[in-house]
Amino acid sequence: MHKATSVSNRKLFHFHGGLHLPDNKSQSTGDPVRKAPIPARLIVPLQQHIGEIAEPLVTVGERVLKGQLIARAQGYISAPVHAPTSGTVADIAEHLIPHPSGLTGLCVVIDSDCRDEWIDLPEPLTSYHNSDPAELRERIRQSGIVGLGGAAFPTSVKINPGPETWIKTLIINGAECEPYITCDDMLMREHPQRIISGIEILMHLLKPERVLVGIEDNKPEAIGAMREAAASSGLTGLEVVPIPTLYPSGGEKQLIRVLTGKEVPSGAIPAKIGIVCHNVGTAAAIADAVLEGKPLISRLVTVTGEGVKTPANFEVLIGTPARNLIELAGDYTSKISKLILGGPMMGFTLNDDAAPITKAANCLLAASGHEAPDPGPATPCIRCGQCAAVCPVNLLPQQMYWYARAKDLEKTQEYHLFDCIECGCCSHVCPAHIPLVQYYRYAKTESWAQEQEKQKAEQARKRHEVRVARLERLEAERQAKLRMKKEALAKKPAAKKSNDADGADPKKAAIEAAMKRAAEKKAKLTEQGVAPQNTENLTPAQQAKIDQAETRRKASHSATTVTDTTESQDG
Amino acid sequence: MRFATITSPHTERPNSVTWTMLWVLIALIPGTIAMTWYFGWGTLINIVFASVVAVTSEALVLKMRGRNPIPEIKDLSAVVTAVLFALAVPPLLPWWLTVIGMVFAIIVVKQLYGGIGYNPFNPAMAAYVLLLVSYPIPMTSWVPPEMLNQHALSFSQTLTLIFTGSLPAGLTWDALSMATPLDVMRTQLDLNFTLGEIKNSPLWGDFGGLGWEWVGNWYLLGGLLLLYKRIISWHIPVAMIGALVVIAMLFHIIDQDAHPFALFHVFSGGTILGAFFIATDPVSACTTKKGQLIYGASIGVLIYIIRTWGGYPDAVAFSVLLLNMAAPTIDYYTQPRVFGHERSSHD
Ligand code: SF4
Ligand code: SF4
Repeated sequence: MHKATSVSNRKLFHFHGGLHLPDNKSQSTGDPVRKAPIPARLIVPLQQHIGEIAEPLVTVGERVLKGQLIARAQGYISAPVHAPTSGTVADIAEHLIPHPSGLTGLCVVIDSDCRDEWIDLPEPLTSYHNSDPAELRERIRQSGIVGLGGAAFPTSVKINPGPETWIKTLIINGAECEPYITCDDMLMREHPQRIISGIEILMHLLKPERVLVGIEDNKPEAIGAMREAAASSGLTGLEVVPIPTLYPSGGEKQLIRVLTGKEVPSGAIPAKIGIVCHNVGTAAAIADAVLEGKPLISRLVTVTGEGVKTPANFEVLIGTPARNLIELAGDYTSKISKLILGGPMMGFTLNDDAAPITKAANCLLAASGHEAPDPGPATPCIRCGQCAAVCPVNLLPQQMYWYARAKDLEKTQEYHLFDCIECGCCSHVCPAHIPLVQYYRYAKTESWAQEQEKQKAEQARKRHEVRVARLERLEAERQAKLRMKKEALAKKPAAKKSNDADGADPKKAAIEAAMKRAAEKKAKLTEQGVAPQNTENLTPAQQAKIDQAETRRKASHSATTVTDTTESQDG
Repeated sequence: MRFATITSPHTERPNSVTWTMLWVLIALIPGTIAMTWYFGWGTLINIVFASVVAVTSEALVLKMRGRNPIPEIKDLSAVVTAVLFALAVPPLLPWWLTVIGMVFAIIVVKQLYGGIGYNPFNPAMAAYVLLLVSYPIPMTSWVPPEMLNQHALSFSQTLTLIFTGSLPAGLTWDALSMATPLDVMRTQLDLNFTLGEIKNSPLWGDFGGLGWEWVGNWYLLGGLLLLYKRIISWHIPVAMIGALVVIAMLFHIIDQDAHPFALFHVFSGGTILGAFFIATDPVSACTTKKGQLIYGASIGVLIYIIRTWGGYPDAVAFSVLLLNMAAPTIDYYTQPRVFGHERSSHD
């Protein structure tokens, strides 16, 4: 039996580019993970995942118990939400949520009763080896588990690749490549057996040939703990693989490349090449759901940066306001300048610390002005190619920037805009300090908007055509009937005794056929006439849309930094 | 508490345009010292003077365009243009030619196209070519290298000559100036001398013109510094010098008497300066790696063609400008294979 204790001599692979960044992880790994106290009020967003928003099942004033389902999944790609503690529903309303643009979202606000009283949990499925995989999947789905690495994609979808797809390799992502973040590191150090239990469940579900746990080699304690747990589990085909520390090796496609040498085709999911990738935190949450019946109501969050006094990791109930965590970490220091949700490379700034922690929130980085300085005005691109040299996707960021700036969306797509993973490597090294990633986000959003607009216009055109055809048909029928009536009337006196039906039928058929031909011809003409007109209308409409979006963008503060600084520099 | 929002990444940016340009200037120091050592004070005077003219022109034109000139002047790109120009022209170039060159480079070639980042042509080389075409005689009147120079000028004599045109008493231009080795090679070969005969002249060193051959090494030193600092990548210089060596070797093998050996080409004229400092100017060069190989190699081949069969003895400036024109097209057809794609879309 091949056990996972041996030093890994697995051949590893490279991806293009990448960055060696100061990892700034030791600040928050000094103390064990602490449990954050239950806040007086929890704000639980109903959309913490990719997909459809969950539908609330509770009403204001209702008492809820810890672990109670308070909102159910709507549709296949969605996830239910559970009450993180017991208490009363104080409100179901729009509330500030963690969002790059500081948007609000529908939230269930719960006033805690401090009793932390559990609801009757579903039976643990300890002997799941004998149970139907469908039952296991349903349990995981009902537990509201989403990818905890930051993407928050519903896990139930990922563990159901379909009968035709054979998953050969299961990859467990413990790379945690972003600087500052250490919650996965701490989880692996402190609860490796929970992760391994989750892996075992995933192995049962997916029946992979091998399982590779990828951990960056700047986390020797985590590697040690995971190896030990893997060895004592006795699982075959499971290997803990230290990988070189290089940002962004924790990106799903990058990690797959490093561990297997395979590239996930552009636009496809890893299952296409027989691979599924889950985060270590997700694996632990799966174990909790299956073996204890517990839904996902808490997660580990790193609170760190020079902006807080005592950086540390906390186990936090979903819905806890960021502000509470800052207090737990000794409150802000005088150096605080920006509050970032996530890591410095891909996280986004919160404009208000009242925003709650969600399932996707792995790190609260209270950054000082030195750690996250204002980038300063951008200057024109000097085409130095540093951005292309570090791009892990091997894109040409300078070209995409050029066309995004010129609002030539088609060209940006020709340069594979949609393969960009927004890792931020290009912006980081750009000597002209151009906020490249922001341009790509803008171009993507605009492209989506245009695509939708196009589809809408297309649908409208089809609807219009159908309507025109129907109207013509009705008109033709009406006319036919009218004429028939007239003819029948005219005939009656002449041939009173002849059988009406016999005489009328062939005529009626002939008339109807003629009408139909005419209608078809007309419909065709309309189609020809209408179609070009509509496509012509499309461009100005879209243009207007773009212009509108542009004005909106200019009005909003964050975008002002881009448009204005660059344009005032080189306009 | 409320905070300002900006977009990711939230990091201290390690690079800046100013630092990039500063490193280029630092890397040019060994070459500048060598030029001054072999060819007198003229180069140094030209560097300072050209820089002053370049920066002043840039400030003026930016003011006229209604923009704050400070940020763009601070990026030092005008100074880099000035220094490259001054290193490429003859050390005793009259001051007003430097003025024409710099005004043209900064105002027409750079700012009229939109300023740094938007110029399709390398400003220093465009100015060089403009002057070479319009004033061929002063642009090809070089001083002899230090070891052949019986009339080395003092600092103040050089200064006077550049700015007033008056020669020290008893000296004539003919006594002061001398054609470059490339020039000599061309004229002699045209007169049907064989290489062996040409190389017997005292002008000749080990593999290139006396003095000249060593300046290249100092430029090379600076170039290696840029490579080490990752300001430039190896693709353009290696492709350019490589292509030049290969084609020169081929012709040398075919006819030893009519075609000088490869190293002569590498260490003559502006080859090394061009390979590491001029062809690598990011704004006007190719930006894809494959494109840079094609771009560099084409410059190398063009240099050989123009030097051997063209109308001008040196060809770095012409070749670079020609390839500047082709750079966007080359870039378009040499996009790298993107992760997860079969191959690049234009292969
Ligand atoms: S790093 Fe910045 S300046 Fe350099 S090519 Fe890329 S976008 Fe342009
Ligand atoms: S943000 Fe996009 S373009 Fe920039 S380095 Fe990352 S993947 Fe490449």
